[in-house]
Amino acid sequence: MEKELSVKGGSFMIQDTDPKDVFIPEELDEEQQMIAQTCQDFLDTEVLPVLDEVDSQQEGLMPELLAKAGELGLLGISVPEEYEGFGQSFVTSMVASEIIGAGYSFAVAYSCHTGIGSLPIAYYGNHEQKEKYLTKLATGEWKGAYCLTEPGAGSDANSGKTKAVLSEDGKHYILNGQKMWITNAGFADVMTVFAKIDNDRVLSAFIVERTMDGITFNPEEKKMGIKGSSTRQIFFNDLKVPVENLLAGRGQGFRIALNILHMGRVKLGGNIIGAAKIAINQSVNYSNERKQFGMLINNFGSIKHKLGQQVVKTYATESAVYRAAMNIDQLIEDFKEMSTRENPTMVAFNQMAIEAAILKVYSSEALDYIADEAVQIFGGMGYSAEMPVDRGYRDSRINRIFEGTNEINRILVVDTLLKRGQKKDIPLFEKAAEVFENLNSLPSKEDIPADYYGRKKYHIDNLKSLSLAMIHSVSQKYGRKLMFEQELLNGLSDIIMNIYVAESTMLRVQKLEGMKGADAISLQKDILDICVYEAVVSAAKSARDVVNSFSEGEELGRFHKAISVYTDAERINVKDARRRIADHLIDDNKYSF
Amino acid sequence: MKILVCVGNVPDTTTKVRFAEKNTKFDTNGVQWVINPWDELALTRALELKEDSSNPVVHVTVATVGRAGAEPTMRKALAIGADDAIRIDTDPEDSSFVAYQLAEVIKNEDYQLVLCGIESSDYNGAAVGGMLSEYLDLPSVSAVTGMTFEGADIILSREIDGGIEEVSLPAPFVAVVQKGIAKEPRIPAMRGIMMARKKPLKVVEVAEAETLTNMTEFEMPKPKPPCKMIEAENVAELVDLLQNEAKVL
Repeated sequence: MEKELSVKGGSFMIQDTDPKDVFIPEELDEEQQMIAQTCQDFLDTEVLPVLDEVDSQQEGLMPELLAKAGELGLLGISVPEEYEGFGQSFVTSMVASEIIGAGYSFAVAYSCHTGIGSLPIAYYGNHEQKEKYLTKLATGEWKGAYCLTEPGAGSDANSGKTKAVLSEDGKHYILNGQKMWITNAGFADVMTVFAKIDNDRVLSAFIVERTMDGITFNPEEKKMGIKGSSTRQIFFNDLKVPVENLLAGRGQGFRIALNILHMGRVKLGGNIIGAAKIAINQSVNYSNERKQFGMLINNFGSIKHKLGQQVVKTYATESAVYRAAMNIDQLIEDFKEMSTRENPTMVAFNQMAIEAAILKVYSSEALDYIADEAVQIFGGMGYSAEMPVDRGYRDSRINRIFEGTNEINRILVVDTLLKRGQKKDIPLFEKAAEVFENLNSLPSKEDIPADYYGRKKYHIDNLKSLSLAMIHSVSQKYGRKLMFEQELLNGLSDIIMNIYVAESTMLRVQKLEGMKGADAISLQKDILDICVYEAVVSAAKSARDVVNSFSEGEELGRFHKAISVYTDAERINVKDARRRIADHLIDDNKYSF
Repeated sequence: MKILVCVGNVPDTTTKVRFAEKNTKFDTNGVQWVINPWDELALTRALELKEDSSNPVVHVTVATVGRAGAEPTMRKALAIGADDAIRIDTDPEDSSFVAYQLAEVIKNEDYQLVLCGIESSDYNGAAVGGMLSEYLDLPSVSAVTGMTFEGADIILSREIDGGIEEVSLPAPFVAVVQKGIAKEPRIPAMRGIMMARKKPLKVVEVAEAETLTNMTEFEMPKPKPPCKMIEAENVAELVDLLQNEAKVL
């Protein structure tokens, strides 16, 4: 039964990872690349030409596009073969998520259908439920949605008021209540609805069909972005749901909701890579046409800075997303061998909850930067609603809100890490105490390794030490009340997120050097230089904000000394590094790193 | 009836063209390879003919001349629906060499219909189809934009000046196809992609053949000079520029 897991969630904070043990997107096989190309061809021929019609919610268009994706098999990638799917790995589904992620509102409908719309049934449904619903969702004959949020229950999902009561004859649950912000609500045939049975404290989940009596829909919400995505309120008035449509048993809903959200967060990271790359391509295309002062605007350092920075954030996100995605595949295999009570895939997502929250926050904020700078590169034209960057800018904003707000997820990063430590899943507190004790013997300049990757690792390890020392100290000081110190958690979370992303980028570049040789990856090293440099520099501020807000006296002094040493960034000429990255981008006129 | 479709492995049309080895070689670094668009349409039509059960077509094979790097392109052809694939393991040196290699493979098999795209999007030589029919000693029809069965005969349409010419002929022959032969290339579906890995992809040794051409140098087209705008009333300046700078008057 007990087996050593391939990777433990959060363990990156206390141990090293060998580059050979991470997956990098350059290792995608021929079949995965072909699937990526199919997604790209589908997007290019079916979706991108009709973006305006999609955004105006032309009647029937979105379900038609989903049905076409279904004909190509793109809705069944993660669904087991016995239920009309293709039973592909999580990494493969991420490839599709990445490419489709450039599809604006379609990407939202697609992700909703294939993720939260189908997977609760795939992972928690019994054979009959899967045969009845999952097969039709996998082919696209039916469309899926997920009904968790209520007017009074957003981030606090378990506070929902929708009630389910068993009918007198015991054949149905009678549902009453209201859901809101339901993606795909305008056309979904099948919905996973969360409600509390009788006076239960926790949620249960039900499979609801659109045609069941007692369900009504509000008109479409008017939204800032993703205007083509159908979003409605749904009302249940004595909705009769057959008892056999209860998913996974009474009281299992909250668990389903959380695990599905962990999955959605990683997938969102994939979507965002696609959205980021299309925004970068629009930016560089425009910069290769627009002239001012007698030359193309991308001759100017300010524009090169933006282009370079867009690439760095995208490459770093991609490195972290694929590292985590493969870890999830490895964990699924581990848990299959251990024959867990719950679905192995869901246990795997749960194990990677910290990384999922990191990816969600980092990627959504990276995309906001990228989409914002895309508008800026377009200048006055960027403010025109007829330019493509307008849609990208508006559509980007939701990513910081849905799948758990970034505020909730920042707290989850630290909170889940601490829980793993308390449960002794990882020796977090032991390591943190050790690092705290060592604050008296900080590394000196002589300790900085001479070799390139050694130096990168040295700086990343310093950030780990710094955050662990702070974790030790705040845990001692606040104990269980730490959760009320959200500002401190946010600061810690920011450093931890940067550690994971910078380390993932380092491991990718190092592995790539082994595959292609040092000459072929000089730009990737520039990206890594900037990524680690920025992680260290921003950690300096986050750490000072944190320690100044809770520590005092001699300890505060020690922390400040440690911050000075641990956040002494390498002297990188970031200007030239960004210029080299931008020049390559400008030359290729598309993202190709 | 078995159809063979000749398929070229070419750089994606958005490729940034660079040269290597003192401008005598195309620099393939970072290039994404695709099925030559004309060949892809030929394959699409072949599959349409096979899928219509009223036609006698039972099998579609794709063949290419190329190294192992061409295999993803062949797998894509299999994912779209070809039944099997043949790769002749050598570099496609020039049109005559490619046509000879294809002919050596085809003549030992019983393909009644050979389809080629009219040209390839890399070198645009537009020569392989005609040469292939010559090596095979088969009739060929060029610039074919339509192909249907009528009894034992096959009706081919060709676009000619001011109209369409229809040609009827019995198999075997080589059809050199033009855009219009099929509407849109197909996107490989997941099921096709999964099946492609199980379909046969045969690698064939290169046949002895002489390369008749030698690439001396590639040259990029010179960048266009900037456009000069002359005020409408300034005719004298325009004439002066056309006479003395552009030297076209």
